[in-house]
Amino acid sequence: MIVRVQREDFDLGAELAALRAGRTDMGALVSFSGLVRDGGGLAAIELEHYPGMTEKALAAIADEAEARWSLGVCLVVHRYGRLEPGEQIMMVATGAAHRQAAFEAAEFLMDYLKSRAPFWKKEEAGGAARWVDAREEDEAALRRWG
Amino acid sequence: MTLTLRYFAWLRERVGAPTETVETAAGTVAELVDDLRAREERYALAFADLRAVRVALDQELADLAAPLGGVREVAFFPPMTGG
Repeated sequence: MIVRVQREDFDLGAELAALRAGRTDMGALVSFSGLVRDGGGLAAIELEHYPGMTEKALAAIADEAEARWSLGVCLVVHRYGRLEPGEQIMMVATGAAHRQAAFEAAEFLMDYLKSRAPFWKKEEAGGAARWVDAREEDEAALRRWG
Repeated sequence: MTLTLRYFAWLRERVGAPTETVETAAGTVAELVDDLRAREERYALAFADLRAVRVALDQELADLAAPLGGVREVAFFPPMTGG
């Protein structure tokens, strides 16, 4: 399991290439990347986090994914700081023998890190800034994992 | 007991500081919140709606009823919005 919290951007292709380099045991490698979406007038988002706890929380979520599914690789990269529309915010990648485990584990990671990893988004638009509210759907999404 | 308090997102903005050290006799998180609210208006404002406040004790998520014995760092923040 690899967890990274960083200000700088990442290269999705290079990350996936590194994960499968030399591996012959994985038949599936699933990745998801989250991007800054401009729903109208968004200048940027500012992502605040809790250094120290962030890494621990992401590692605990990745540990749980590895306990539930048999994974060959499990990667979480999450950025912080000021990000403009179109920029990458984060990625997860999961590799397994078969695709079902890889897809499920990637969804599990996403559902948990949205509301259990200490990140907060602030949106800047039209010269004003507002904190993004947590969505009830995000909390509800956790329930399906029991 | 001496505690390091940390605040994030709009809680940090309302309290007006990212971190501070406090002396308190509070036995639980809820008692600590009551103690802070009684000190200054900015705390009363930050903790006006506890349904919107999450807490971590030594970087582990906890709840308002959690005891503070042995804890060194208490963090307050709104529901998380990562991903």
